[in-house]
Amino acid sequence: MPYSDKILEHYNNPRNVGSFTQSDLNVGTGLVGAPECGDVLKLQILVNPATGMIEDAKFKTFGCGSAIASSSLATEWLKGKSIEDALAIRNTQIVEELALPPVKVHCSVLAEDAIKAAIKNFQDKQQNTNAEKREPVAVG
Amino acid sequence: MLKLPIYMDNNSTTRTDPRVVDAMIPFFTEKFGNAASRNHPFGWEADEAVGEARKQIGNLIGSGPSEIIFTSGATEAINLALKGVAQMYKKKGNHIITQVTEHKATLDTCKRLEKDGFQVTYLPVDKFGQVSAEQIREALTDKTILVSIMAANNEIGSLQPIKAIGKLCKEKGILFHTDAVQAVGKIPINVDEMGIDLLSMSGHKMYGPKGIGALYVRKKDPRVRLDPQIDGGGHERGMRSGTLPVPLIVGLGEAADICYREMAEESKKTYRLREKLRKGIMSQLPESYINGHPDERLPGNANISFAYVEGEGLMMGIKDVAVSSGSACTSASLEPSYVLRALGVGDELAHSSIRFGIGRFNTEEEVDYVIDLVVREVNRLREMSPLYEMAQEGIDLKSIEWSGH
Ligand SMILES: Cc1ncc(COP(=O)(O)O)c(C=O)c1O
Repeated sequence: MPYSDKILEHYNNPRNVGSFTQSDLNVGTGLVGAPECGDVLKLQILVNPATGMIEDAKFKTFGCGSAIASSSLATEWLKGKSIEDALAIRNTQIVEELALPPVKVHCSVLAEDAIKAAIKNFQDKQQNTNAEKREPVAVG
Repeated sequence: MLKLPIYMDNNSTTRTDPRVVDAMIPFFTEKFGNAASRNHPFGWEADEAVGEARKQIGNLIGSGPSEIIFTSGATEAINLALKGVAQMYKKKGNHIITQVTEHKATLDTCKRLEKDGFQVTYLPVDKFGQVSAEQIREALTDKTILVSIMAANNEIGSLQPIKAIGKLCKEKGILFHTDAVQAVGKIPINVDEMGIDLLSMSGHKMYGPKGIGALYVRKKDPRVRLDPQIDGGGHERGMRSGTLPVPLIVGLGEAADICYREMAEESKKTYRLREKLRKGIMSQLPESYINGHPDERLPGNANISFAYVEGEGLMMGIKDVAVSSGSACTSASLEPSYVLRALGVGDELAHSSIRFGIGRFNTEEEVDYVIDLVVREVNRLREMSPLYEMAQEGIDLKSIEWSGH
């Protein structure tokens, strides 16, 4: 099946490939999928604690071109969004933007899952530190 | 000059050799007769051409011309062989032996036969994708009527010990069918020397046209009988009715003749190019693995897994090169190739596999181009892969609880 130009564009020039330090308090990491299933997506957000805005986002993906394009697009959309707005991103928007064919819809689902997982990870970290009253956090 | 895209998927199908096309054309235009018309020159001419094609095919596999039954392709030939034998010999027994990495044409036909009351043993394969004659001997029962083992696998190229299996079957008086679709025209096949009673082949895998195949049915020692699956005018000794597609048959004959004359030289060339490709890629990419047997494989086939990179994703990166992947990244099927799984290749590496099929028309220049492109793209995708990153950090991927989906 031929791929849409947008998928190819993201695949050939993926935005925001890379990683943040996972232990950084202001970083949220979502790791979803499984190698046995043929896709794994790691998506990270860097949040400005003062404003609560997502300042930067990065990804690494093991998967088909549609999975890579979905991740790349997700990071683009996350930058500059509030946590709340980020949580409102739906996989159907990704499907539409990239013109994903029906057999590739699961790639967009994975991207949405990764966004949610990254935000949850960030929020968990924040809560833990509040509870611990700024005790130094173990890095690891 | 290098022309893109490059076709390197010759286990899927092959380009019809221009010489084959040339041989076929008159049988669409002037020589359009029905080979069954006995009373005018149009019919005689067509019949003669069909007879010549039978000889050409017979030469290639060491059979007599009248032992060739034309079908629409190998899928039909396999159906006819398995169902035809099962139904004809069901009074003798109801047990069939095959193995797990057969093509779906065999596996699904066997499943159908199971529904009809036959018992089928699906032998496991070793890590190279091979079975042994010994395994078959152990699986035999006094109800076994047929053994069906492919000569060469379409995904991983592994060859099976056909001669040893044929010998065993002869010794036990059990019929032996082989799906030789990938083998015919690529490696020497001789039905007498190998003890083959039935053999399926396909035009489009040997530089002939699509829509034509053949079933070799042994006529002597033993005379194999089949229950026909298509009834009608009684063509092909009553085993397969239907007006013969003369142009396609002429094409298959010509394709067989070219293979017969050129196979020895050609297989040396495809082997050399295959090895160049394999070594060129694998020497530059750590953690790449060849699937299937290292030596006992089709000369043109290289099936390689690239750890940490997903096969379909890689195919998009090398989209100017037509290859196949054992990965299936669709919502319909997340399961990777059942062939690779049967070898015990983990699902992760199965998802990372690419099949390169080098054939008659590939050039050295193309192989050089593909080596560079694959190495570059695998490295690019590894830089993008979370699995590669974890492995570099020393994290054991097996220790992670994956979420799946
Ligand atoms: C090993 C094997 N058997 C059977 C077939 C089916 O052949 P055909 O396409 O002629 O029906 C193929 C080709 O897809 C094959 O590779």
